[in-house]
Amino acid sequence: MKKSLTRRNMLKTSTAAIGAVAGAGLLKGFPAIHAADAPVIRYLGTAVNMGDAVQKKLFDDTGIKVKFIVKTTDEVVKTIFTQPNSFDIVDSEYFSMPKLVPSGNLLGMDTKRIKEWDNVTTAFTKGEVAGKKIGDQGTAPKKVMYLKGAKSKEFASEPTQYVTLIPTVYNADTLGIRPDLIKRPISSWAELLNPEFKGKASILNIPSIGIMDAAMVVEAMGEYKYPDKGNMTKEEIDLTMKIFTEAKKAGQFRAFWSDFNESVNLMASGEVVIQSMWSPAITAVRTKGIPCVYQPLKEGYRAWAAGFGLPSTTKGRQADICYEFINWYLSGWVGAYLNRQGYYSAVIPTAKKYMESYEWDYWMMGKPATADIMSPEGKKLASKGEVRDGGSYEARMGGVACWNATMDENKYMVRKWNEMIAS
Amino acid sequence: MMKLLKLKPSVGLLSIPYSIIFIFFFFIPLILTLIISFWDYNEYSIIPDFIFENYAYIFKDCLNFEKDICVTFKTYLSTFIFCFITWFFTLIIGFFVAYFLAFYVNSVTWQIVLFLLCTIPFWTSNVIRMISWIPLLGRNGLVNDFLLSTGLADGPQEWLLYSGFSIVLAFVHLYTLFMIVPIFNSMMRIDKSIIEAAYDNGANGLQILWNIIIPLCKPGIVIGSIFVITVVMGDFITIGIMGGQQIPSIGKIIYVEMSYLQLPAAAANAVILLALTLLIIWIMTKMIDIRKEL
Repeated sequence: MKKSLTRRNMLKTSTAAIGAVAGAGLLKGFPAIHAADAPVIRYLGTAVNMGDAVQKKLFDDTGIKVKFIVKTTDEVVKTIFTQPNSFDIVDSEYFSMPKLVPSGNLLGMDTKRIKEWDNVTTAFTKGEVAGKKIGDQGTAPKKVMYLKGAKSKEFASEPTQYVTLIPTVYNADTLGIRPDLIKRPISSWAELLNPEFKGKASILNIPSIGIMDAAMVVEAMGEYKYPDKGNMTKEEIDLTMKIFTEAKKAGQFRAFWSDFNESVNLMASGEVVIQSMWSPAITAVRTKGIPCVYQPLKEGYRAWAAGFGLPSTTKGRQADICYEFINWYLSGWVGAYLNRQGYYSAVIPTAKKYMESYEWDYWMMGKPATADIMSPEGKKLASKGEVRDGGSYEARMGGVACWNATMDENKYMVRKWNEMIAS
Repeated sequence: MMKLLKLKPSVGLLSIPYSIIFIFFFFIPLILTLIISFWDYNEYSIIPDFIFENYAYIFKDCLNFEKDICVTFKTYLSTFIFCFITWFFTLIIGFFVAYFLAFYVNSVTWQIVLFLLCTIPFWTSNVIRMISWIPLLGRNGLVNDFLLSTGLADGPQEWLLYSGFSIVLAFVHLYTLFMIVPIFNSMMRIDKSIIEAAYDNGANGLQILWNIIIPLCKPGIVIGSIFVITVVMGDFITIGIMGGQQIPSIGKIIYVEMSYLQLPAAAANAVILLALTLLIIWIMTKMIDIRKEL
């Protein structure tokens, strides 16, 4: 289903893009030759945070066009392995790096060519927020950030000039709830398996992310304390899956989801009242006028981070165009656009310049909104006086407990996950 | 004799295009799948080898009868059950729709019009046709609203959606046409004079149906059954969407393995699925010789 839907979306987007380009040509009288010469970047990624507005702004600012190749998280990884020349730039998550870097299909990114490199948030480079260490269980970006050289297939433990991905966006994920249907405070990951929500809970069916949510739940229930949730032993995987298999058999889950839109529909329709969720999904439910909270929990957040990488065959002009695109991406306009969706930009100072002060106070400082908060598409997200779920940047990112992960026992974990689904 | 000899080379020539397509897009990929199912793999590559680990893992614990039934058997069992129920309902509904079209509608024009009506749902994608059940069957869906407002049920009926029921419903909805078409085709070939002869000899409607129409429809029934069974055996989209991703299917296991680049494991599962599906079709063709009947 995912495939056909994605293709459909892509067709739609590309047709719209062609239409827009044609329309622009007519209106502004661009000579056709200019359009033909415009550099085009084939952008591989999930593109959940990329709207038409970004494409338009990019073209206006730099004359670069983007052609999206939209795939799910797992398929992005697969494409890098199997068709490394089918894209010019990839938007990937850091947790894929332990798999991808040894393949040699990605280029070491030269930080000297990134204007804002020194302003990249310390959550990436040092694993710190506001000078304080944050949780680094799992594949924390700092562990897989630096390479020993431009063509190296090994990670460096100390900062070097070459990095795996240029960081772009990250967030702290937690459970989403329907406060109107739950009608009581929720404060722990353990609530996901609370029999009170029997038949009304859901978890995502993407093993490498789902297992981390599952581990947060198991630990919150007091069943087990993992030495490193992001790198479980076979026994720990067995234990985690056993607890979830039992819950599944007892009818705890209404459904599992593997597609962003599925999670929105489950929540909006009231089929599910508590589930793993991603920040834009919360926004999507809320813009329908349905209450939905991205509930901060006392055990902390599960964080993820993404960035741009280039295929190892990139060189010359194509590399210049890609670096120009990345520099534009980090120069602030997109950062503000991401922040307004509830994500965080990798370069915070530039994003701030493009945000109104009341927006900055709401999204980053955790202060009550002094005016209605709008989404980038102009839909109302929060009314005057409301405070962002989880509060300020420091409170949210500072509360990170673990990161999305690729484990040493990944093969075993995926098999066990399949068994849980089959049980 | 002379005529036949002259025909031969051109028959050979005519079959070349299809043979090429068949070899390149069916035979070679199939052989590759078979070969890769014996390879080893790691996180990011597949390694040429000749190991049985991929197959051994699929049947791990399956011969240990003290423990619970193993995942593989459980998954196949659930797929077989869906297959059987779907086959049963599509056959019954398909047969009678075809029967109506073939024997109750007298004008050819109306037959064509009604037949086209049956195909209208196929103008949209099958994902859309599936998803459109969700607002109907959900906890706050139309059916539950109706049941609650009329007092027919005390609380929302949760088994309507994300359950075996909703999966079978979607399958039957999606694939009944695959039964109608071949059965209708078989029925149209039945010589009406045979039926008249039976009637003249005093057979009643039921006897005509059982002794004449059903036997003569067998090829259509078998072809329809092959369509439905092969589609349901390999399905993971319908089971995924209508089962809330909670009900296993072999297709889903293969899909997850592929997205984690465990291609040899996926290939091994695909080979087993193919073998089983071929076995079912083989049994069905043993029951009736399609070539002879056609």
